[in-house]
Amino acid sequence: MALVPLASGGPVIPDYSSQSSSCVVHNHLFCTDWVSHNWSPVLWPALRQHVLLALAAVAIGFVISMALALAAHRYRRLERPTLLITTFLYTIPSLALFELLVAPVGPNVFSAEIALVSYTLLILFRNILTGLRAVPAEVLDAAEGMGMSRRQALWRVELPLALPAIVAGLRIAVVTIIALATIVYTIYDAGLGVPIHTALGEGPFKTELIAAGGLAILLALLSDALLVGLQRVLTPWTRARAS
Amino acid sequence: MHEFIDAFKFIAHNGAVHGQPALPTLTHLALETLKVGAIGVAISIVIAVPVGVWLGHLHRGSFLAINLGNIGRALPSLAVLAIGDAFLGLGLTVVELALVILAVPPIITNSYLAVDGVDRDLVDAAKGMGMSEVEILRRVELPLAVPLIFAGIRTAAVFVVSTTTIASLAGFSGSLGDVIANETSYHFAGVLGAAICVAALALAVEGVLTLVQRALTPRGLLLTEPARGRVRVADAAMA
Repeated sequence: MALVPLASGGPVIPDYSSQSSSCVVHNHLFCTDWVSHNWSPVLWPALRQHVLLALAAVAIGFVISMALALAAHRYRRLERPTLLITTFLYTIPSLALFELLVAPVGPNVFSAEIALVSYTLLILFRNILTGLRAVPAEVLDAAEGMGMSRRQALWRVELPLALPAIVAGLRIAVVTIIALATIVYTIYDAGLGVPIHTALGEGPFKTELIAAGGLAILLALLSDALLVGLQRVLTPWTRARAS
Repeated sequence: MHEFIDAFKFIAHNGAVHGQPALPTLTHLALETLKVGAIGVAISIVIAVPVGVWLGHLHRGSFLAINLGNIGRALPSLAVLAIGDAFLGLGLTVVELALVILAVPPIITNSYLAVDGVDRDLVDAAKGMGMSEVEILRRVELPLAVPLIFAGIRTAAVFVVSTTTIASLAGFSGSLGDVIANETSYHFAGVLGAAICVAALALAVEGVLTLVQRALTPRGLLLTEPARGRVRVADAAMA
């Protein structure tokens, strides 16, 4: 919540250390020496916090969405109200939702996580439910014919078949949350938004803007690639069918 | 909950803060937000709809069209604005550029899926009736694709409202985000009041565009597949 109004214009003299290079003093586009000096004190902690914020949000969001999707899969009439509420939450812009949570919860990690989790719900709920619904009726009949109980069919037939859709949802959720976590700094001092904010207040200091902004984008792309890999490992049969 | 009471008072006074007569009104800022956002969405539509529709008509470039949508989601608004600021300096141009970068992918992806997904039998029937490619596109594919294309525009518009407010964090002035980014002048009541306005604005944009989308949907589609536009975007990432 401690939003310092940004200095507009003005001379650019980021005073990070006494050994500022001429590149930093002249605020050139990208100073590698600044990045290597400030990797461990500034960039790495911000990156680590960013990953933790996102991981916690997606994990909690996944558990809630799975429960909601299983409930809606069983009781169809739960689908519409759940979609309505999650769409409502998803539509509220992040900057606004963070501030709306500060009033009742306070400017802390809980507000940040509640907001981030609420953005995962629509994506994950919709994808899990779509995946479960797409399981062909004949397959379920076959499972029943083999003597599987409803619970067994869910664990051994429906969820594995829904896995590609579930991982697809996780991909979108992870990437979305990594993007949104850059705004967390407005209410709680953590994540890659912190160095971006610092840099904006200093002129702006270009190297730090590009380094921190670039890290956020790279992190999102890398996580997406990791999840694609995970999906390939978990569902080898989809590849067999494609080839 | 006195914070919320103060916030609603702030809204009721249209953003007036005691002792700060020079501040703009909330109505003015809301209109500015809509104006900046509308320009971004309009440019994005002009770029993205023709590309998506044409790729969909050719049934080509699905990899490009779908993955573009995913990459678009991976770009944090603040990071895009920050990098744009570093290269070009922050102004309306950079904000619009960021809006376009974020709004183009969902529109391309949806336009592609919309046209690509039109029932091939219908296209064959149109060919059999002697329609040319352009006629097929204009009289068969496009009318059937309109609801889903519009769903992409709606998604993009909501992104854009959100990003326009975030632009204030980067130092751009001319949106409701200005209030949220300036707690020193507005105090927490103002920040909260503006947050309520931003949320209401986004919900209103979503609501109005949903109604427009419904009005544009051919009646036949409405009867057969009411949930179509909702599920398809999520499916896109599966391919």
